[in-house]
Amino acid sequence: MTTDLPTAAGRGTVRRLAGTLHRRPRLRLALLLTAPLLWLAVLYLGSLAVLFVSAFWTTDSFTSQVVKVWSTDNFHALFTTPVFRQVVLRSVGVALAVTALCALIAFPVAFYTARVARPRWRPLLVVGILTPLWASYLVKVYAWRLILSEGGLADWMLAPFGLSGPGYGLPATVLTLTYLWLPYMILPIHTALEQLPAGLLDASADLGARPGRTFRSVVLPMVLPSVAAGSVFTFSLSLGDYITVQIVGGKTQLIGNLVYSNIELNLPMAAALGTVPVAVIVLYLLAIRRTGALNSL
Amino acid sequence: MHLSRTARIALRIGAGLGFAVIYVPLLLVLVNSLNPDRSASWPPPGLTVRWWSVAAHNSGAREALWVSVKAGLGATAVALVLGTLIAFAVARHRFFGRDAVSFIVVLPIALPGIVTGIALNSAFSTVLEPLGVGLGLFTVIVGHATFCIVVVFNNVVARLRRTSGSYEEAAMDLGATSFRAFVDITFPLVRSALLAGGLLAFALSFDEIVVTTFTAGPGIETLPIWIFGNMTRPQQAPVVNVVAAVLVLLSVVPIYLAQRLSGDTATSSRV
Repeated sequence: MTTDLPTAAGRGTVRRLAGTLHRRPRLRLALLLTAPLLWLAVLYLGSLAVLFVSAFWTTDSFTSQVVKVWSTDNFHALFTTPVFRQVVLRSVGVALAVTALCALIAFPVAFYTARVARPRWRPLLVVGILTPLWASYLVKVYAWRLILSEGGLADWMLAPFGLSGPGYGLPATVLTLTYLWLPYMILPIHTALEQLPAGLLDASADLGARPGRTFRSVVLPMVLPSVAAGSVFTFSLSLGDYITVQIVGGKTQLIGNLVYSNIELNLPMAAALGTVPVAVIVLYLLAIRRTGALNSL
Repeated sequence: MHLSRTARIALRIGAGLGFAVIYVPLLLVLVNSLNPDRSASWPPPGLTVRWWSVAAHNSGAREALWVSVKAGLGATAVALVLGTLIAFAVARHRFFGRDAVSFIVVLPIALPGIVTGIALNSAFSTVLEPLGVGLGLFTVIVGHATFCIVVVFNNVVARLRRTSGSYEEAAMDLGATSFRAFVDITFPLVRSALLAGGLLAFALSFDEIVVTTFTAGPGIETLPIWIFGNMTRPQQAPVVNVVAAVLVLLSVVPIYLAQRLSGDTATSSRV
């Protein structure tokens, strides 16, 4: 009996609290947003902002201590040092090559899974495309390290033709990155091709277009935004990568490696270098936005 | 589109090659874990399960696995709470800066991992170290949670947009407090979205290497860090092979769970 009283009182408090919250949507919103915004806006954006500011600091070359004096030396070095320019161009080139290769490979695969395969099999095929995404990133890169190793699978397969595999280096990096991000390209193209109304294709054929013409004038323009959407992943994931290059790239250096190698001794320079992929990705997103691809992400 | 026979056959072959390219590397990892030799030359000279028992007793790999699980669970828990809070705010309220909120949720995963990594690293070392807190498992969890929030958010917000708020209002009209309405109505509606988001968050955290490199303290080694550190050591190659094979086999688990979940979603969406 005695325990009933506090419970009743407790229930009353809960009811009052619930009522207050219900009547005050602003208070509810504040309670919802405080913790996540502290985490993302203060901790994360704050860290990013400090990193960006530190790109304008310098390092004492004697003591490796960061000197908090405003200067644009790092960015000046970034634009004038030939090595940096080469590496930036190489990184962007790799990201573009990976994107192009992904699109080239993804198209026939997606065309098959979306329009040629029997409808009964299609969901299973989609699972088949998705499955490798759950496999560990590092294990997939490791698989390519094994394939491209001396006397590995690539050498063995090419030996009958009198060739040998590419070994570790820039081609291996492009190949491995293509493999890693391929599903991100296949899936949006698959979805777009699947949603393509069959009537449009029939209409094009009725008007006398051959399949090649229909493909160029009807299919391609309608699928292009999805290719662009997929390219956001293939491009930006390739641009920021530095692990794959270390594993299969031999001595190849990409922008990520430069950032990594500068962290210990010259953090401001690393920060300045780190702004490059961010800036390139933002520019890429702005360019892509014109195709309307970002809405289909 | 009426494709010619040749075009169909060409597409079949192209897609077959595509799927072969996707799966051959994964199969190779499985076969290579049975390779008795330390080198990865193909074809392997024979098959053996010896390295599997060696790997099972490798303390480094086992400890790293345990650290990865702890980090994944911690990050998932934080991401579930924060992601759900933001999803409710964005889906059920209109406020100034709503688009900006959805944007900063995506940012940690959109930016290169190395940028997020060094930003968090320098923030931790300037803020935490004066307080006497060094880098450790805790900072790994904080780093992972930051980019895991987005997957929970995406799943929950999509579910909330598909279910209107009228169920909760009906419950409250019938006398339920807003807490009661949440427990009895809203939570069951978003439960499978939470599970899917949590699954993705755990998988993301379990696989992460770049942010981990910069947020892990000395002695904290997750499984990806362990694999990366041992990959180029010929001595350790057989054990790395087995660990890689185990990870390939384990990736079936989330696929199975995701299939079960989408089945669950299909049945519960009738509500």
